[in-house]
Amino acid sequence: MSSKFIFLESVDLLSTIPQYHLVLGTFLLLWVAWLTVKRRYNNRQLPELSNDEVERKIANWQPEPLVKPIEKKYHHALKPKLVSTKVGKRITVNGKDCLNLGTHNYLGFVGSSEIEDTAIAAIEKYGVGSCGPRGFYGTVDVHLELEEKLAKFMELEEAIVYSYGFTTIASAIPAYCKRRDLVFVDEKINFSIQKGLDASRSNVKYFKHNDADNLKNLLTQQAEEENKNPKRAAKTRKFLIVEGIYMNTGEICPLPDLVKLCREYKLRIFIDESISFGVLGKHGRGVTEHFGVPRHEIDMIMGSLDWAVASIGGFCVGSSYIIEHQRLSGLGYCFSASLPPFLTSAATKSLQIMERNTEIFDTLKQKCLQFDARLKELTSFCLSGFAESPVKHLYLKEIPNHADEWELLNLISDKCIDNNIAVIVSAYLETETTPPRSSLRICVSVVLEDVEIEHACQVIEKCTEAVLSSVK
Amino acid sequence: MPLVNNMAATRFRVAFAATQDEDPEISLKNGIATHPAIGNGKLNGYASLASDLHVRKRRVVDTPTSYKSKESFEKISFITSALTHLGFYFLMFLGFVNQLLFTPKVAQEQNRKGYAPLYDQFEVFYLRYVYRRIRDCWNRPISSVPGAEVTLKDRVTHDYGWSFKFTGTETRCINLGSYNYLGFAESSGKCAEQSIQTLKKYGCASCSTRLELGNMPIHNELEKLTAKFLGVEDAIVFGMGFATNSLNLPSLITKGCLVLSDEKNHASLILGLRLSGAVTKVFKHNNTNHLERCLREAIVHGQPGSGKPWKKIFIIVEGIYSMEGSIVHLPDILKLKKKYKAYLYLDEAHSTGAMGTHGRGVCDYYGIDSRQVDILMGTFTKSFGSAGGYIAGTKELIDHLRVHSHGHTYASSMSPPVAQQIITSMRIIAGEDGTDAGRNRTKQLARNTRYFRRRLNQIGVIIYGNMDSPVVPMMVYLYSKIGTVVRTLTGHGIATVGVGFPATPLMAGRIRFCLSAAHTKEQLDYVLKNIEEIADTLGLRYSRKPRDPNPIEYYSDSETE
Repeated sequence: MSSKFIFLESVDLLSTIPQYHLVLGTFLLLWVAWLTVKRRYNNRQLPELSNDEVERKIANWQPEPLVKPIEKKYHHALKPKLVSTKVGKRITVNGKDCLNLGTHNYLGFVGSSEIEDTAIAAIEKYGVGSCGPRGFYGTVDVHLELEEKLAKFMELEEAIVYSYGFTTIASAIPAYCKRRDLVFVDEKINFSIQKGLDASRSNVKYFKHNDADNLKNLLTQQAEEENKNPKRAAKTRKFLIVEGIYMNTGEICPLPDLVKLCREYKLRIFIDESISFGVLGKHGRGVTEHFGVPRHEIDMIMGSLDWAVASIGGFCVGSSYIIEHQRLSGLGYCFSASLPPFLTSAATKSLQIMERNTEIFDTLKQKCLQFDARLKELTSFCLSGFAESPVKHLYLKEIPNHADEWELLNLISDKCIDNNIAVIVSAYLETETTPPRSSLRICVSVVLEDVEIEHACQVIEKCTEAVLSSVK
Repeated sequence: MPLVNNMAATRFRVAFAATQDEDPEISLKNGIATHPAIGNGKLNGYASLASDLHVRKRRVVDTPTSYKSKESFEKISFITSALTHLGFYFLMFLGFVNQLLFTPKVAQEQNRKGYAPLYDQFEVFYLRYVYRRIRDCWNRPISSVPGAEVTLKDRVTHDYGWSFKFTGTETRCINLGSYNYLGFAESSGKCAEQSIQTLKKYGCASCSTRLELGNMPIHNELEKLTAKFLGVEDAIVFGMGFATNSLNLPSLITKGCLVLSDEKNHASLILGLRLSGAVTKVFKHNNTNHLERCLREAIVHGQPGSGKPWKKIFIIVEGIYSMEGSIVHLPDILKLKKKYKAYLYLDEAHSTGAMGTHGRGVCDYYGIDSRQVDILMGTFTKSFGSAGGYIAGTKELIDHLRVHSHGHTYASSMSPPVAQQIITSMRIIAGEDGTDAGRNRTKQLARNTRYFRRRLNQIGVIIYGNMDSPVVPMMVYLYSKIGTVVRTLTGHGIATVGVGFPATPLMAGRIRFCLSAAHTKEQLDYVLKNIEEIADTLGLRYSRKPRDPNPIEYYSDSETE
């Protein structure tokens, strides 16, 4: 076939093409050309400014200093109390031997030789670090064992273990809550949940602390709004995030009411059980067991291994459908080295002890109630929080002479330590959404004897009086 | 297990020879002549051993200006690229058909009818029908210390990756997957012993935060030692490496600041930046020209909208990029930082301990005073075989963090045995224990790195990154090849890591090897032999660079410096 013929043939073909094809083709061509030009234009650097001007601007720009000098009121943070022993029942704080009322060792597992022996055996088998994230040969058999144990303990399908308590909650939340989702949270929520919400970029609505009616109002408002645009509403995921026992107030969440609202308004509910896990309920299964709420009603339970379990790390439990998702979407799970094997083994051992020794939870409950009754008798403090909670916040009833509440509390805490009772002022950052009110925070532990509780309360009373009278 | 026996024996020989470092003749033999078993006088089929003289001639001299030439990101041919895309879409198409025909054997959400779907449709599809096919290549459980060798628990799937069952058997593998750069992942020896002592003394954990009652002398000791090790004024430590970035960036960087972040930065940095609320601009990976353009533009234009000048400008880079194997161009970036008055945040998660003759990270590697970097961050998970992370810098900076850091205030303090492991290993690296054991480890790592990378180049596979980086990504491009390579190598007793989309760009699936000072030459040779075989069967010799026809030497101590 000659080339001339091919040429003629193609011209012939061209004439048979419908008109609109040509128009469309031309239009597309122009469009591509426009895009190319536009991109070039956007890529042009620093339009309208001459080189001299640019150089002058660069020379004139002065950044702020990297950090500002520290204000005097924060100087305490530079010298935190030094603990030079195991943080068990008795601790040495700044050289003083004290009864420990400051750490979250609710079940008294710190210093348990059984747990320590397990941890030592794990170091002897696996070394200290895991040297890799879970995906890349950082999954040691003890991690799987702990996850299985946690799921079994909570009577749920699956558990996932993180290597840090704070990051667990801050990672689990953005794994589900995304931009444009709607999250209802309690206003007194702890800092790790706040950070999780920040990372999720969801729309957050705060309801009044532990106020189910207030939440209901918000939900009805939301439902009205949704009626206007049902198509969009069907795609908006809604969540409720609460704590079992609130770290910042010691109150328990009204779970049955909340669950009812969740079912009514189609919200998924996540509970942070950092404190209530291993504390509430007959078997220590947390706030769900306490209220007798079926656990499958809860979409996910998050918790920390830092406190009652006396190890390090965090976990989430729930149905496989929910938890499995985090294995690729939980940032703190995927991109961080796994929990050191010896801490994992220690946590597993703690769980075993909890399973074996269920009366420990009843003992803890009694101690909490006892402490609660006794603390209520203090003259200059008012006590907030749920009676059975092991975390108690003591707020000053009145502050004399405009003294700084926080400073006063610190004086009291120091005085108590001088008198061999370790009580601390809870540490908060000013960057919290609603900075909690300063308080003395008391943590109850099963290892405390009745006499010691009595003695501790007397010392707190005495020291408070001494400090308050000195500022008057 | 003849392989393992052989390795154990050679490790002993290497350890023996390493104690006689002062004699170059012996240590040279350690490198080349002590393994007649392999190749019978030939190195993997290459002819004749080199003489002393030959080795010395090939001495490599490092100059600060040569670092860019050591880095390579070889482009691949158009046809491979097209095939990769085609392969991926084909996989997606098959997955789509699969989804139409078969219901997934996974858990469904119960009792949540009428709720908005929890997961994104495409995400679910991708996980179930694309990722599942090679799901067995990740999350392999281990049951031993992740040292030079590691024991994998065998598992099988009877339903194409939906679920796994343990067979009860185990496989011993050479470990090229863990970040055990200096070989401190050990279950016996000084580190483990001292950690156990500390555990007995201080317990596993403190159930408290640093600002409350979790502050122990061991933490202060660790902070002082870290600062001294890095050559800066002060340091602060945290219980988790990931959290060190994500919980501290927000207290350093605020609204009104601009952050110029390398495109390959780690997820923890990105999360930290997201939490900080600052404006982030991404510059091309390790591209100082682009960084300079961004800096100029930022200063000239100021904040978007108002045009107000930026409060501060931060440059955030990593020492070694864990997926690219590249080393940050620190000298150039420091010049830019000074010229444009920006602040530099250097994340040395992978490089601290592993780089430089003293193991002090990339500053040490480039011979730069570490005080020139404003914020030094690093983790203890990798080279130190422990957990946690640090931030180091001026006293002012660290004091600021002690007051404002989220991690310091709210997260539980570092576990004492974890801190002890770091202290012991850091002392060994710094030579404070009075031996040169640490020095030998850093040397051995550098030597292993050079050897392994050169041999891979010679094989003709494409490897990314810097010749001195112990992270070695070998490009396989196709999604399905990632799975095949990982499976085949595991079958031959080599544990490696495959990385594909979405962790890397669609086009750039890779196998990552992490070298360790604990690896012996015999182990590396065994691995290389297997890679060579698989490169033939799978067609991985993508590189179009000229290959070194001479046998690659395993340098002795004197040659690596």
